[in-house]
Amino acid sequence: MKKAVNETELVFSAVSENESFARCAIASFCAQLDPTLEELSDIRTAVSEAVTNAIVHGYRDSGCGKVYISCKIYPERTLVIKVRDKGCGIEDIALAMTPLYSGDPSGERGGMGFSIMESFTDDLKVVSGVGKGTTVIMTKKFSPFTFPSASSENG
Amino acid sequence: MQVLTAKYEYSDDILKITLHGEIDHHSAKAAREEIDLKILEYRAKTVLIDLQGVGFMDSSGLGLILGRYTHAKEAGSVLKVINPSPGAEKVLRMAGTDKIIPIIHRKNN
Repeated sequence: MKKAVNETELVFSAVSENESFARCAIASFCAQLDPTLEELSDIRTAVSEAVTNAIVHGYRDSGCGKVYISCKIYPERTLVIKVRDKGCGIEDIALAMTPLYSGDPSGERGGMGFSIMESFTDDLKVVSGVGKGTTVIMTKKFSPFTFPSASSENG
Repeated sequence: MQVLTAKYEYSDDILKITLHGEIDHHSAKAAREEIDLKILEYRAKTVLIDLQGVGFMDSSGLGLILGRYTHAKEAGSVLKVINPSPGAEKVLRMAGTDKIIPIIHRKNN
C-alpha cells in the first residue's frame, strides 16, 4: 500500500461516554476529504459500532482498559480506520459477524454492529485473539472531489 | 456532546414520543427505561416514535426501536416510526426493520 498522506491516533478510556467523542473526532479528521453528508454519516456510524463493540464486548463493559484508534488517509481519497482493544477477544469471529447474533444477553444491541460496519464501509477485516484483544480494520474510499463550480455545471 | 431527550404527547389513543439528539449505546441505556414506563402508563392503541430530531443513530438505536416495538406489542400497542432523519432511516432499512415496523413520513406533525 502507498504511504499515508495524513494520519492521526486516538487513545481513550473504554467508557461509553467516549463513543460520541470517538465518532466526532474521526468525523472531524475526515472533513479534509470534503465528504458528502452521507459518507460522513457512514463513517460516524461505523466508528461508533467498532468503538461500542470494544467497550461492551472487548472490555465487557467493565470501564477498564483503553481503546486505540488509528486513522490514515491514503492517496485517492482512501481512509483506513483501525479500532483496537486489548480485551477478551472473540472466540468465533464468523459467528460474531453473523447478522442478528449478539454476544449481549440483554438483547438491546440488535446484533447488527458488524453488518453495519460492513455495509457502511468498502472493506472490513477483523483480527482477534482470545485474551489478547480485537482489531477492526475498516477501509472507505470517498467519492471523487468535485469543485462546487464543476458540480453546479453538471446540475 | 448532544444528549438524547424524549418528549411525550398523548391524544386520541396515540402516544407520540419525540426523540431528540443522538442514539448510541450510551444514550440508549437511559432512554429505554423511561420510554417503556410511558408505553405502559398510556397503553395507547398506537405508539409513534418521531426520529426527525435524531441526527445520529447506530445499531443501539435499532436495538432501542426493536426493543420498544416488542414492549409496545406486549402492552397491546402498535409501534410505528415517523419522520426518521436520512441517517436513521438508512440504518433502519439496512437492518430490514422497516419490514416489521412501518416508517411513515409526514409533514407538519
